[in-house]
Amino acid sequence: MSLNIVVLAKQVIDPEMPMSAFQVDRENRQVVTPANIPPVVNGFDENAVEAALRIKDTQDATVTVLSMGQSFALDVMKKPLSMGADSLVLLQDEAFQNTVDSFTVAQVLTAAIRKLGDFDLIIAGRQASDWDNAQVPLAVAELLDLPSITIGKKVEVGDGRVNVERQTPEGTEIVEAPLPAMVTVSNELGQPRYPTLRGIMAATRKQPTIWSAQDLGVNTSKLQHQVETVDLYLPTTDKECEVIQGEDEADSGRLLALKLREAKLI
Amino acid sequence: MADSTGILVLGELENSSLTSTAKELLAAGRILADSLDQKLSIGIVGADLEPSAQDAIAHGADQAYLVNNALLSEYQPELHLAALSHICRQAGPSIILMGRTESGRELAPRLAVRLGVGLAQDCLEVSIDPDSKRMIALRPVYGGNAMAAVVCTGTPQIASIRPKAYEPLEADPSRHGETVSLDLDLDPSMARVKLVERVEEESEGVQLETARIVVAGGRGLGGPAPFKDLEVVAKLLRAGIGASRAAVDAGWVPPPWQIGLTGKTITPDLYITVAISGASQHMAGCSGAKVIVAINKDSEANIFKEARYGVVGDWKKVLPAFTETLRELVE
Ligand SMILES: Cc1cc2nc3c(=O)[nH]c(=O)nc-3n(C[C@H](O)[C@H](O)[C@H](O)COP(=O)(O)OP(=O)(O)OC[C@H]3O[C@@H](n4cnc5c(N)ncnc54)[C@H](O)[C@@H]3O)c2cc1C
Ligand SMILES: Nc1ncnc2c1ncn2[C@@H]1O[C@H](COP(=O)(O)O)[C@@H](O)[C@H]1O
Repeated sequence: MSLNIVVLAKQVIDPEMPMSAFQVDRENRQVVTPANIPPVVNGFDENAVEAALRIKDTQDATVTVLSMGQSFALDVMKKPLSMGADSLVLLQDEAFQNTVDSFTVAQVLTAAIRKLGDFDLIIAGRQASDWDNAQVPLAVAELLDLPSITIGKKVEVGDGRVNVERQTPEGTEIVEAPLPAMVTVSNELGQPRYPTLRGIMAATRKQPTIWSAQDLGVNTSKLQHQVETVDLYLPTTDKECEVIQGEDEADSGRLLALKLREAKLI
Repeated sequence: MADSTGILVLGELENSSLTSTAKELLAAGRILADSLDQKLSIGIVGADLEPSAQDAIAHGADQAYLVNNALLSEYQPELHLAALSHICRQAGPSIILMGRTESGRELAPRLAVRLGVGLAQDCLEVSIDPDSKRMIALRPVYGGNAMAAVVCTGTPQIASIRPKAYEPLEADPSRHGETVSLDLDLDPSMARVKLVERVEEESEGVQLETARIVVAGGRGLGGPAPFKDLEVVAKLLRAGIGASRAAVDAGWVPPPWQIGLTGKTITPDLYITVAISGASQHMAGCSGAKVIVAINKDSEANIFKEARYGVVGDWKKVLPAFTETLRELVE
């Protein structure tokens, strides 16, 4: 019996972009999409794709990648396909402009998962690097009444259960739940695989399925945002760094230690 | 829930006593309660809760809601969620505060959806808007590159607060308050998520979260071996030792060493960084450090914008002399 895995992946502004390119439009309370820096698949979501593919490496499984947004960079969003995912479903609608309200995002994703029909396991990233909300997967799990396990670093499936090794601040935990279930993964899972040439070729041929709000039966006028942004700004620091400069680098190191003693910090 | 009133803090226990995060939440909740002239309550679940209830009252609560059930004595997400949502429904607060702790991360988003509302996640500060009387929550977004002020439009309004964003209030044992025990039938079969095994990688050194001094290294160290040099510094200063995510991802040190947005939050008096660039996601975990020191060869590195003292230079040359001088000073 084939296992149906759904991966939730979000397109985000590249978090590795230079800080100087990061700007906010305070009036409209949103981050300015940088013109010359392409978006990326959220890093933890690439880990989610990798987790799904590792399961598919060992057993018969289908991996469907699901993403919701207002507009997509297709070449970017096809990356999971070139890594080896089977299909890509984009939930795209003018009305999906605010993807920072986890409550509404979760409702749209849930409608799409229901429309997909059978699924055994949903894998998502632990958080999206835009708003660092870390809520959508848990909200989806709640709406679908699924058990949820977070911050996985190893995900295995067998006997109708998912077994997850999760990262904790103290070490690791092994946790299990019956399928269907929601699992979020973190970077501790390890490097996502690189697309192979064959994978890239296959991905070029595949076209994503695109569903609008109407296709999903989602009444956009009822998608009430539950969390509203009233201000958005760049934090300022007033810290002044005292650069310790000795005769050479070693001397600077020595003076630094003396400075810390003088300041009674050590 | 038109007549919802009061602030409800959901507090966690560790070894049967109230966590410091729970007390921090009470301090935040007290401010909200006083500006709204409403009651501050705490909800606690577990077994043998009476001492913690009294402790919460001493730390600012007016009232405690308790769900006493042996099934809740160990953390299990589904059972805890059921108990917490029961308290929320019974208490009918206008505002709920939770900690963005390990379990808070799992529970808060589900609890919010269960109550039909959205969650203000990972907030550093909450206050009441004098005009609308709604809660305004301040939270870092984009890894700390921007700050957002958000309001919850539904009721109850619910926020999770980053640990250590608030200081607990001084305990006042003369404070009195009511405790309300709530009955709840819990069915063990609700617990679908099962803990199979826990493996603690406890490092022998000083605990990062409570360390007065922390030393950490980043990608610029170039490999696992230089962390041994940092360990020497840490030993001399009785400091905790940590790392950036880049060093953890490279496999040089274990994940529990990671400091930052998705790692540990530290609040030492002194934080010494070596070859760490100071990306906002890293700084998110150490913004509570009183004094930051940077050793980095790039004078343009962001870490110098956050540091109090810095040396621009190659750690290979700076660190040995720094360490030797430390040794002379502390021995
Ligand atoms: C969603 C998300 C969450 C994240 N969470 C975290 C987190 O929790 N914690 C975290 O740390 N990061 C986190 N990151 C990653 C973060 O963005 C940075 O990539 C990371 O912190 C960089 O680590 P670094 O400073 O060690 O490496 P780099 O940025 O590569 O910096 C290395 C520094 O070393 C210096 N250097 C090199 N050689 C020498 C030398 N010989 N002597 C002196 N200096 C030298 C360089 O000048 C440079 O400044 C997260 C990222 C995302 C997207
Ligand atoms: N718009 C979206 N489309 C698809 N998946 C999403 C979307 N938003 C969030 N997710 C998933 O939920 C995870 C956590 O996101 P967040 O709660 O926004 O931090 C992400 O890592 C994705 O796996």
